[in-house]
Amino acid sequence: MSIAETNAASPMLQNASTLKSEERRERMTFFGLSLPAVLAILIVVFVPVFWLSSLSFYNAAGELSLENYERIFNSALYRRTFVVTFQISISVTVICVFMGYPLCYWLTRVSDRTAAILMVFVLVPFWTSVLVRTYAWLVLLQRNGIINSSLMSMGIIEEPLQLAHNLTGSIIGMVHIMLPFLILPLYATMRSVDTDLVRAAVGLGSSPRGAFWRVFFPMSLPGLFAGIVLVFILSLGFFVTPALLGGGRVQMLAQRIESTITVYSNWGAASALGVVLLLLALMMIWLMNRVFGLDKLFMR
Amino acid sequence: MEQVGQRKIDGLWLTVVGIAVLFFLILPTLIVIPMSFSGASFLEFPPTSFSFRWYESYFTSPEWMSATKTSLIAAVLTTAIATPLGSLCAYGLHCSTPRIRNTVQVLVIMPIVVPVILIAVGVFSLYAKLGLNYTLTGIVIAHTALALPFVIVTVMSGLQNYDFDQELAARSLGASRAYALWTITVPQVKFSIQTGAFLAFITSLDEVVISMLVSGGDNATITRRMFNSLRDQLDPTIAAISTCLIVISVAMLVGVQLIGRNKNSDK
Repeated sequence: MSIAETNAASPMLQNASTLKSEERRERMTFFGLSLPAVLAILIVVFVPVFWLSSLSFYNAAGELSLENYERIFNSALYRRTFVVTFQISISVTVICVFMGYPLCYWLTRVSDRTAAILMVFVLVPFWTSVLVRTYAWLVLLQRNGIINSSLMSMGIIEEPLQLAHNLTGSIIGMVHIMLPFLILPLYATMRSVDTDLVRAAVGLGSSPRGAFWRVFFPMSLPGLFAGIVLVFILSLGFFVTPALLGGGRVQMLAQRIESTITVYSNWGAASALGVVLLLLALMMIWLMNRVFGLDKLFMR
Repeated sequence: MEQVGQRKIDGLWLTVVGIAVLFFLILPTLIVIPMSFSGASFLEFPPTSFSFRWYESYFTSPEWMSATKTSLIAAVLTTAIATPLGSLCAYGLHCSTPRIRNTVQVLVIMPIVVPVILIAVGVFSLYAKLGLNYTLTGIVIAHTALALPFVIVTVMSGLQNYDFDQELAARSLGASRAYALWTITVPQVKFSIQTGAFLAFITSLDEVVISMLVSGGDNATITRRMFNSLRDQLDPTIAAISTCLIVISVAMLVGVQLIGRNKNSDK
């Protein structure tokens, strides 16, 4: 289009620079299209979180100091919070692996049609509000709830078990919420495994179990790893289910941050806890990116 | 022979575990539905009598109705804003150079990765300065940022399966960039955009932690009221509300599945 306008002196060079500037303008247009969304995320996520983090480096007198960090690492209360948070997150992740892996493997062995129908059992809970599912567990696990009453009528226990309002209840509820996050990436990876390779291993004399452990299992690991990281990150910062099913007795990091602010108005300590939680989450994401590639999230 | 027997046992074991895990996932999700029709004044399962009293208590309570209205308006507005913004962002990123794309991608998924309690506390104090706490605007802005990653991820994966040369062909035949985008590209990734919109709606409707701090007063969301009520006692009205929320979630899920089927039959 601008060819007619170019001076005759060095048309080739002129063209090249026109093309280049046009390309640059084009790239800026594309970037501009992304800008509103990026800005919204910057304003709602980055600005408040950075501002909150910065609070952790000031003491009560408004001077720069690491007092808040000293306090959270020296206080038995906060140390206990970290221990409980890791205890719960690790338990939930391990239980999810032992429940999710056999399920996904089973789904790869039934027909595609059956698997598609059975996936509804995973997707309906996944799409259902966390609050609704936590409420259901509160009802199921309560003292005179169905689990206690049926165990008692079967004569397995004599006294109702304390299932809700404690660590057990929080873990059961969280496993239910987190399990789909493990299943979905794992199942996607397992489905992409070429089953002919397993058949070839058996054909070449491997036992079915040997073929599973030496051929199928290693190929399913990327999906398993992605699921584990996802469940672990989400568990570390989880609020709703432990807050309700823990009955105030279980204090994970997220609840401690909330109560430190809403009850004690101690922004310094809360933001120091927040920074630690943020760093833990970012470290996990970095790890996931290294091993699995964050890009995979954008391609299905 | 021995191996065949072993295989059968392995297969049986796997089936039993698989079915048990599926029941573990689905039963607690659906158990509130029969409970919501119970006639008793306390929570019981299985219910011994049938009534609509908890639905009546939900639909006649001005507090619950106002919270429901706030949540639905917030979810509709969030969807209306996040869907076009997210789709445009996905399109822009799809056409950008890999370097820009990779950087922005990491930035864009942060709302999913950063623990939501930190976003909630941060937004709460930012809104305190701007006077946005307890306003519908505040809720919608925060929910939009949370919903954007879902729209962007779904639309980008839709664009990956779309042959971009078609848009270039339209432009070489004289269509402007915007016209080609609107008439050639958008109809072909329509299904991804719709899926993203469903996800945005449900993200906003079910969001608890930010709403808990940022919404309130006349603009309390239904999740905030439910959370506070559950902290004190197990009100059976919540079973009726939960059933309504499950119906909406399942409707959204069915919508997405139908979209998926249409998409596949088109190919």
